Amino acid sequence: MTSAIPAKTTTASSTDPGPRLDTGTSTTNGKTRKAPKQYSDRVRAERRLGWILAGPAFVIMLLVTLYPILQAIFESLFQFRLTAPGEREFIGLGNYAVILSDPVWWSGLWTTVLITIITVAVELVLGFALALVMHKALKSVRGLLRTAILVPYGIITVVSAFAWFYAFDINSGYINNWFGWLPGIDENLNWFAQGPTALFVIMASEIWKTTPFISLLLLAGLAQVPDELSEAAKVDGATWWEQMRKVIIPNMKAAIMVAVLFRALDAFRIFDNVFIMTNGAYGTEVLSLLAYRQSISRLEIGLGSAVSVLLFLCVLLICFVAIKLFKVDLAGSQGGK
Amino acid sequence: MTNTSTRNKVLWAIVTVLVLVYALFPVISILATSFKSPSDLTSGKFLPSSGTATTSNYEQILVGDAQGLFLSALRNSIGITLIATFIAVVLATLCAYAIARLDFPGKKLVLTTALAVSIFPVISIVTPLFNLWRTIGLYDTWLGLIIPYLSLTLPISIWTLTAFFRQIPWELEQAAQVDGATTWQAFRKAIVPLAAPGVFTTAIIAFFIAWNDFVYGISLTSTEAARPVPAALAFFTGASQFEAPTGAISAAAIIVTIPIVLLVLLFQRQIVSGLTSGAVKG
Repeated sequence: MTSAIPAKTTTASSTDPGPRLDTGTSTTNGKTRKAPKQYSDRVRAERRLGWILAGPAFVIMLLVTLYPILQAIFESLFQFRLTAPGEREFIGLGNYAVILSDPVWWSGLWTTVLITIITVAVELVLGFALALVMHKALKSVRGLLRTAILVPYGIITVVSAFAWFYAFDINSGYINNWFGWLPGIDENLNWFAQGPTALFVIMASEIWKTTPFISLLLLAGLAQVPDELSEAAKVDGATWWEQMRKVIIPNMKAAIMVAVLFRALDAFRIFDNVFIMTNGAYGTEVLSLLAYRQSISRLEIGLGSAVSVLLFLCVLLICFVAIKLFKVDLAGSQGGK
Repeated sequence: MTNTSTRNKVLWAIVTVLVLVYALFPVISILATSFKSPSDLTSGKFLPSSGTATTSNYEQILVGDAQGLFLSALRNSIGITLIATFIAVVLATLCAYAIARLDFPGKKLVLTTALAVSIFPVISIVTPLFNLWRTIGLYDTWLGLIIPYLSLTLPISIWTLTAFFRQIPWELEQAAQVDGATTWQAFRKAIVPLAAPGVFTTAIIAFFIAWNDFVYGISLTSTEAARPVPAALAFFTGASQFEAPTGAISAAAIIVTIPIVLLVLLFQRQIVSGLTSGAVKG
């Protein structure tokens, strides 16, 4: 955008062998000597200032994530209970063998994957509809719509979980009363006493709370589709559906991919709604809850760390698949400008 | 012509009502529950039965026997969230300024790290932190939550602010200096007014995220010394062993939702632009 930044980039890269970590100036000395002394000083000062300003945030981010995950990998190799610290024993990959041979892990993984797929699919459709509404809305209602949509975005997940829980709960709820005319629903239906119905409410709360986020990402994508394109399609006699399918959606594919990946990673970490509504009972246990129960409730640090590491590997795998197979360009879509 | 525009208006009215119902219904539902009296909780109705609506749930958590539990949690939530937001926004402002403005190697590394941290599963960090915090005495303290909250608030702050700062016409600063302003004047008069809205918007978004935390809150605290509201709600118990805390929890839920609704009402436009500009840039 601004002329200053690209200009600087090009002049700097002509003296610089290429982007690299700031490993000090000694490696580039030989090559920069040819450039005028004053200039390379300025470049060097700018680099130093850049790292002075960006460094603290960078270091803190590494400290609060990289250090704990390395610690978790280390702890996961031990049999270690906080209640019996003296009996700490190195068992290699033993914890992983225990977890991967336990059906609890696999049912947790399955539940988590199921929740991720269903919620992201529903949210994509619902979020796209909301984005279209916000995009096309008349000026007079635009502010109102945005304000309303931001309420679920900002609300605490735990509050959302309680709101949905109390609405469906067999004692304090009214849903059984309202929807008693539907087959399968009557006043004795206890939504939280069996897996499928409990998962339904858990997913409803999750979808309600996070759809605004995905719809805002899609709104940003919609705003990037040039109006002339859909205008031209309209002039050529394309129906609304044809405009969507042939013009709008292909042009915002990148935005859709990024939104789906972000939401999928977020949904995979689902914890709050499950904890509040069922605490993992009746086959609703998800992986985050499994890790929590092992380490925080049972103080089995070794096993809990191993679950944490496996969860982390799952997230990495999702990212890897998305980036390699679907070519989602996360950094490029944001930092490209 | 008038015909289609009337039809258009009716259509938009319907759409608006639908969106409003979608977005607000669960909030209104828990609001209605918060005014129900204990005997009315099992009525199976949406609204409190006529004549029985009561504020006793609010009294219980604000001045009654659940006061200690709720008010200390509220104080913890406000304090910890504001401090974590403040630190994240200050650090992210410096970082984003450097990324948007200066040329230094490793820019991409910083942005990629922020992205990687933001998709990191919180629960994977919690186990080692739980263990470490117990060893070094940060367990159940404000600082013990502020530090991990930075892992939630820093990455999104860096992305959002970088996007904002890239849109600022920095030439204005030079232009002001050419016109005779000092460096500091140029920065304060030309740049700060342009950058402030972005910083403020980022602070709101970071506040929402820290305010929402649950996993750290339940895992790294054990008493009223540091337990924030979402975690406290999960461990609320009724006035007696046989009484469900439904009413009190609903009232507490409404109280912690008020700041969110206020921020959304006042800054709807900024929040939307912050979320969309930080998110997807063609």
